[in-house]
Amino acid sequence: MTTLRRRFGPWLYLAPALVLLITFTYVPVGNMVWYSFHKWDGLSTTMDPVGWDNYVRVFTDERYWRVFLISLYYFAASFVQIALALYFAVVLSFNVRFRNLFKGILFFPYLLNGVAVGFVFLYLFQPGGTLDTVLGAVGLGEHTRYWLGDPDIANISLAGTSVWRFTGLSFVLFLGAIQSIPGEIYEAAELDGASRWHQFRYIIAPGIRRIISLSFILAISGSLSVFEIPFIMTGGANDTRTFVIQAYETAFQFRQFGLASAMAVVLLAVVLIVTWIQRRLVPDEEVTLS
Amino acid sequence: MINRRQFLGFGAAAGLALVAGCTGGAGDDETDSSAEITGPITVLTNRTDLANSALPAYAKTFEAKYPGTKVTFEAVTNYEGDVTTQLSSGDYGDVLLIPNTVPVEQLPSFFEPLGDLADLKTKYRFTDEKAYDGKVYGLSLGGVASGVVVNKRIWQQAGITAPPKTPEEFLAGLKAVAARTDAVPYYTNYKDGWPLSIWNSQRAILGDPTINETFPTDPTPWQAGKIQYITDGLLYDLVAAKLSEKDPLTTNWEGSKPMIATGKVATMLLGSWAVPQMKDAAKAANANPDDIAFWPFPYQVGGKFHSRIEGDYKGAVSLSSKNKATARAWLDWFVTESGFATDQQAVPTLASSSLPETLKAFQDTGVDLVEIPAATANAGKEDEIIKESEVDLTGNIYRQKLVDIARGAAKGDKDSYFAELNRRWGKVQAGIMK
Repeated sequence: MTTLRRRFGPWLYLAPALVLLITFTYVPVGNMVWYSFHKWDGLSTTMDPVGWDNYVRVFTDERYWRVFLISLYYFAASFVQIALALYFAVVLSFNVRFRNLFKGILFFPYLLNGVAVGFVFLYLFQPGGTLDTVLGAVGLGEHTRYWLGDPDIANISLAGTSVWRFTGLSFVLFLGAIQSIPGEIYEAAELDGASRWHQFRYIIAPGIRRIISLSFILAISGSLSVFEIPFIMTGGANDTRTFVIQAYETAFQFRQFGLASAMAVVLLAVVLIVTWIQRRLVPDEEVTLS
Repeated sequence: MINRRQFLGFGAAAGLALVAGCTGGAGDDETDSSAEITGPITVLTNRTDLANSALPAYAKTFEAKYPGTKVTFEAVTNYEGDVTTQLSSGDYGDVLLIPNTVPVEQLPSFFEPLGDLADLKTKYRFTDEKAYDGKVYGLSLGGVASGVVVNKRIWQQAGITAPPKTPEEFLAGLKAVAARTDAVPYYTNYKDGWPLSIWNSQRAILGDPTINETFPTDPTPWQAGKIQYITDGLLYDLVAAKLSEKDPLTTNWEGSKPMIATGKVATMLLGSWAVPQMKDAAKAANANPDDIAFWPFPYQVGGKFHSRIEGDYKGAVSLSSKNKATARAWLDWFVTESGFATDQQAVPTLASSSLPETLKAFQDTGVDLVEIPAATANAGKEDEIIKESEVDLTGNIYRQKLVDIARGAAKGDKDSYFAELNRRWGKVQAGIMK
């Protein structure tokens, strides 16, 4: 009896979590991999096996892999995002006036629904819209342009929107990590005459290294899978089509579920590989501050 | 060929019945005409604006005629996407509109046959659009004509009172609008996308009733003189001549209605369904609704304009319905007796009914309203080429690119892009039409 309980007991407690995990994560992914080797329109009761054809198409047809290049804009923007978030997190972790108000203001964009963000920025970027008005008011009127209509700047505008939206998330992560560093360490550092910069350089930065590394992983997978901001604001027009928008169109506009599944599998593989490489480059060491 | 159900059954064996949706298509018995018309039915509709007002009013009249029936509406905002997904779950109401994503050869797996095409086409318009193998699966709830919505007052200010007869005249007219008024000559509605797909509804302008049948046999539809060259070419030329809105990426469909109503925009290519909406917008903006007029596409064959009339969404009876007799009665009643088409200023489905006022005025411009039959020998081939080549004739993706090239925001020119389209289309076409 007791051996039986010992053997099955843990599984009993794990069962609900495992059932949910398998049902909603592994089986759909399994289905997706299965679809990716077939030609299927999403409705028909039969699927034609096509072997590796879908994958060959994703890698050989320029139209499918080129859209990955758009991710570079968002990847570059994620550095801006992490830098901004880190700066504000460090500043606001010390005693400053209206600290909580600023925390709220910085986190607020992340709470907004992605669709709402898209619409807000659509008005902001309109010719003669908020951004143009503000630029005109501060005497930079000659720098206004078609923020979304000009192909040279459209992706930068969209990536900027993405920075605005996700800085709050990185900020909260950093702030939480910084606050978990014991206060005595700062006190001791101050007694030793360390400046704010030294405190950042030798206490905060090493103390939150894990979170910074996590942020970079999130930034890479995030920039590869950008969807809602360009989808709502431009629908992928004007060379702002990301890989996920392309996959969405392939699946739901052109009813090629097999091909779209292959694209999704490729995206999954790329994200896994990038994460793995990064874990090898930046090993996850224990943090010690003493 | 692998049966999809087998695979999903395999998934279920792993204890996952939750995920395994089963394909619709339970029960394949014909409508039992002797069954009594009574009991409740559910009707899916895309008209979220009417679901709580006009539609229940129609239902009341129906329920009075057939006591014991009860009609409930389920309004679906994202109709195409959501209902297509619902179809594969097997539960999709009793009466619904056929999503355009369902290929004709799959109609029998989801919908109840309503009768033989040969019989029904004498009584109704647009029956062949959702027919397969001689059976009709959907009845149109009302048809639309295609053409150009214009603000007559602005065009008059530019000195033009009659509809232009050729693409060149049309371009010259838009130029005159640009020169003599403050209006934007043409509004593409590029950002919302779907208004660009209306450039695909102009096939009738050639006056060729067999065009749907012959279209998939042509490997190069973007060659000079052919239909895609004429329509897409006109779109290209007017954008290249800077006669459209300055920043197409920030257009807004709802916002475009008051713009044309008040004369900030002069022209848009749309269906006749748009005319009542624009007139309403004019009333709301204190402008004159009579400024809004509907003109034919600027192209003539044999000295005559032709405009395609085609059915809007088609109503169908669900194959999995538990109450097919009532569902069928509702569909028939809604199409023939409810007066819905007239209320919506649409072309009535019943062939014997007369045209609404908007379209009578349209006919007075000297246009032939033509229904062009759907392809039969090549049924579904065009859709297949579209899917494989991802040149979305019925959508907006390649036309947005066309506008980008025309306004100088993407590489290429008219010739290079049309050559590319011909190449992409032709490559897939050769495989499908072999």
